[in-house]
Amino acid sequence: MPLDLRIGMDVGGTNTDAVVLDSNNRIVARTKQPTTKDVRQGVRSAFEYVIKLLDADAKRVGRVMLGTTHATNAILERRSLGRVAAIRLGAPASLSLGPMESWPQDLRDAVCVDTCILGGGHYVDGRRISPLDEDGIRTFLTRTAQNPDAIAITSIFSPTSPVDELRACKIVKEILGENMAVSMSHEIGSLGLLERENATILNSALFDVIGQVITAMQDVVDQAGLTVELLLTQNDGTLMALDFARRFPILTIGSGPANSLRGAAFLTGLSDTIVVDVGGTSADFGVLVNGYPRESAAAVEIGGVRTNFRMPDLLSVAIGGGTIISGTSEQPIVGPKSVGYRLTSDALVYGGSTPTLSDALVVEGRFELGTHTVQASELARLKSALRNVSEFITDAIDQVTLGNTHLPLVAVGGAASLIPDDIKGVSQVIYPEHGDIANAIGAAIAWASGHWEGVVPYGDGFNAAVTNGKAVACQRAVQAGADPQQVEVVEQIETPLSYLTTPTVRLIIKAAGPLCHI
Amino acid sequence: MSQKAFTQITEGDVEDLAFGCALLGTGGGGSVGGAILEVQSAIRRFGPVAVVQLEDVPADGLVMPICGIGAPTISYEMLNNGGEAQVLRQEVERVFNKPVVAIMASEIGGSNGVEPVMWASRLGLPIVDADTMGRAFPEVQMGSFFVGGLPLTPIVLVDFQGNVKTFTPTSGESAESGARAFAVAAGGVALMVDFINPAAMMIGNVIIGSVSRAIEMGRAMRYAQDPIDQLKTLLGAKVLITGKISEIERRTDSGFVRGSVTISGTGMDAGREVRIEIQNENLIATENGRVLASVPDLISVLDTQTGAAIATEESKFAMRVTVMAWPCDSLWRSAQGLKTVGPRAFGYDIEYVPIEKLS
Repeated sequence: MPLDLRIGMDVGGTNTDAVVLDSNNRIVARTKQPTTKDVRQGVRSAFEYVIKLLDADAKRVGRVMLGTTHATNAILERRSLGRVAAIRLGAPASLSLGPMESWPQDLRDAVCVDTCILGGGHYVDGRRISPLDEDGIRTFLTRTAQNPDAIAITSIFSPTSPVDELRACKIVKEILGENMAVSMSHEIGSLGLLERENATILNSALFDVIGQVITAMQDVVDQAGLTVELLLTQNDGTLMALDFARRFPILTIGSGPANSLRGAAFLTGLSDTIVVDVGGTSADFGVLVNGYPRESAAAVEIGGVRTNFRMPDLLSVAIGGGTIISGTSEQPIVGPKSVGYRLTSDALVYGGSTPTLSDALVVEGRFELGTHTVQASELARLKSALRNVSEFITDAIDQVTLGNTHLPLVAVGGAASLIPDDIKGVSQVIYPEHGDIANAIGAAIAWASGHWEGVVPYGDGFNAAVTNGKAVACQRAVQAGADPQQVEVVEQIETPLSYLTTPTVRLIIKAAGPLCHI
Repeated sequence: MSQKAFTQITEGDVEDLAFGCALLGTGGGGSVGGAILEVQSAIRRFGPVAVVQLEDVPADGLVMPICGIGAPTISYEMLNNGGEAQVLRQEVERVFNKPVVAIMASEIGGSNGVEPVMWASRLGLPIVDADTMGRAFPEVQMGSFFVGGLPLTPIVLVDFQGNVKTFTPTSGESAESGARAFAVAAGGVALMVDFINPAAMMIGNVIIGSVSRAIEMGRAMRYAQDPIDQLKTLLGAKVLITGKISEIERRTDSGFVRGSVTISGTGMDAGREVRIEIQNENLIATENGRVLASVPDLISVLDTQTGAAIATEESKFAMRVTVMAWPCDSLWRSAQGLKTVGPRAFGYDIEYVPIEKLS
C-alpha cells in the first residue's frame, strides 16, 4: 500500500484542527475539535476523528505534521520547564548584567540553576576579546553539577565567531556526559547579546516539554496502529524532523500563525499577499513574501523575556468572533475583551446575554451560527459595531502593507467573514474554501528548511562567505528532512551595518525544499 | 516651566527617567531599552543614586560629564564591564590631582541620559541634575560648555577592557576625531568624559534640572489619564498635528540618518500635512513650506495612545502619532547658541523663530 496520505494538525488557543491530504494535495478528511486544558487530549481527539473517517485508508498515512503551542504555554505558565545552567563567554565585557538577571522572578526561579560569565568571545571584526577560560568552564560545571537538566552557552559575537561556543559545548559533554542537552546561541538567535542569550536559555528549558509532546504524539499514532513519520512545524512555516525539533524546541513558538499564512498561500495559489487569520479573540495580520511569512526584525517578548529569534511579523488586533460589544448604538465599543470558548453559551445567537461580533455577523447575514434569534432591540448597536470593526481593519491593513494597495488580502480562520469584502487598502479580499482550517493545511503542505546567518565584510572574502553560507543553509535544510535533490536557497537578506571601519553587512540565507519521498 | 526637583533615583524611577530621556532624544539619541536593565541592575547591587544641584557639591570638586560614544548596534552585543567609570575616575583624579565629587550626563536625550545613573550608582557618587544639551545633538561640540566658552580640558576615554586614553584636543573637531579613533580601536564602543572642571566653573554653563525633568516626563507618560495633555502642561509644549505617518524617506549618509517623515492629519486635523526634517534628530517641522518649529526647540513624535517617544528608526507607515514641540533652554537662543545648533548649523537657510512666536 502506498504511503500517499499525510495529516496536518494545528493546536490553537480555541480549536485543534486536523486535515488529511493526498499526494495531489486534495483534502480527504478534516475536523475541528475544541482545544482542551491538557492540550494532548485535543490532539488525540482530532487525530482519532480523522483516522476514523479514513477507515481502511488510514494505513496509507505516511506522515503527520504537528504545529503546537505547548512550548509557548509552558513558558507563559512556568510549567514543566527544565532547569538550566547558563554559561556566557566574553568577560571582561558584559559583566554589568548577568544571564537571566532581568527575567521575571518566577520564571528565573523555575529555570535557573546557576550562571557564570567567563573569558572568551570576540569583537565584531573577529579579534578575540579574551582567551577562552576552559578551566573556568570546568570549575563551573563541577560546582553547579546540582543536576541541571540542560546547559545554555552564549558567546559575544558568536553569530560571526562561533568557535568558543563549539569548544565550550565539547567541554560540557566531556564533563557531564554525551547525553547532556546543550543549546548554543549562534544556532538560535542573531545579534543582540541579551535577547539571543534569553532565547538560548529558554530553548534549553524546553527540551523536556517538546520531548513529552513527541512521546505523547507517538503514543497516539501507535495506538492507532500506524507507522508514520512525525514532524513538527516551526515559526517560519517550515518543518523540523524530530531530532532537529528536540534540539530547537523554541522554534515551535509562533508556528501557528506561520502555518495559517502558508495554508492561505496554498489555498489561493498566491505567493505574495496579505493574510489575516481571524479567530475567537484576535485577528492576526501577516505578509507572505515569495510564499513565506515576512519575519519580524524587532525583539519578541515571551513570558516577560525579550528574545530575538526569527518570528513571523504579525500585527494582532483584538477583534475576533467572540469579541464583546458594549456601549450604545450611537457609540458602540468593540472589545478588547472576548467571550473566548464561552461563545456557545454566552453569545446572543446561543441564547446568552453577551452581544458579540459573531452575533453582529449573523444579523448581517454574513455568518450562519447559533440556535437563537437576536432580539430586534439589539440590531442597531450590532450593525454600527461592525462599521467600527472596518475602521480597525483598514488601519491594520495600512500598517502591514505600508500603503501598497495592489496586494490582495486572504481572509482565513473561523471568523474570516468579519473582514468585509469591500475593505479599503487592498486590491481584493479572498475567502478560500477550507480557510477555517488554513493552519492545519499549512502544516500538511510545509517544506523543510535551514538557515545561516553571519556578519561579513565586503571585499575579497565576500563571495566565498556567501557560497559557504548557502551550503550551510542547504545542509541544514537536508538535516531537517528536505530532499537533497530539490533543496534551494529561497531567501538572501543583506543588511548594511553602520559605524564600522570596513563596509560590512549582516547576511541571512535561508534554504528550503520539499520533504523526501518515503 | 514649573518642575519638581528629585533628590534620589531608585530602581523604580529608572523606567520613568528612560521614557523621559527618549522624548528628549527628539527621535535620536539611541534606544533606551538596554540601558534600563543595566541601570536597574546597578541600583539593585550598589544602591540608589542621589540627585544634586551643582551648588550642593564641593565647589572645588571635579564633576565628570560622561557619555557613551560609538555604534549602538555593537553596544547591544558587547555590554559594559561595569568597572569602566571607576577607571575613568582614577585617571581623572590622577591627571587633575583633585577628587571627583559627582557625575553628570553630557547629553540627557536618549540612552546617554540613562546610563550615567548606572555609573553614579557604581561609584557611589551623586548625579548632577543638569546636562550640557537639554536634549540630544549629533556632535560632541554641540554642548553648553562650548557655547559658554569654557576651555577645552583633557578628554579621558575607556573601553570595557580597561584601556585608557587621555588626550588634550585643540578644537572641538579634533576632540570628535580623537574620540572616534579610540572607539574604533575599542571594537566600536567606548565611554568618554570631557570638559572636566570643578563644580564652581560649571555653574551657569549647564542646562539645569534635566534629570528631574526627564523623570517627571516619564511619570506623566506612564500615570496620566491623558499623557499628551499632561506633557503639554509640563513642557509648555504645542501639539503641531495629530494624525498618521503617511510618508517616510530615510537614508544613511556619512554616519547620520537623514530624511523626512510626513504626518497626515486625522480627526480635527484632517486635511493638514506636516513634514519633519531629520538628521538623526527631528530638526524642523513645516506645513506647506511654513515653519511650525525648528531646532534648537525640541520636536518629538509620540505614540498618540501611550505618549511614548517614537525614534526615527522605529517610525513606520500608518502609525498613529502626535507631533509635539516645546521651547529649548534659553542658553541655545543666544547668538552663540544659535550659531552652534540653530537651523543654519544643520544646513537649513532659515531664520530661527522661537516656538512661542510661531503660530
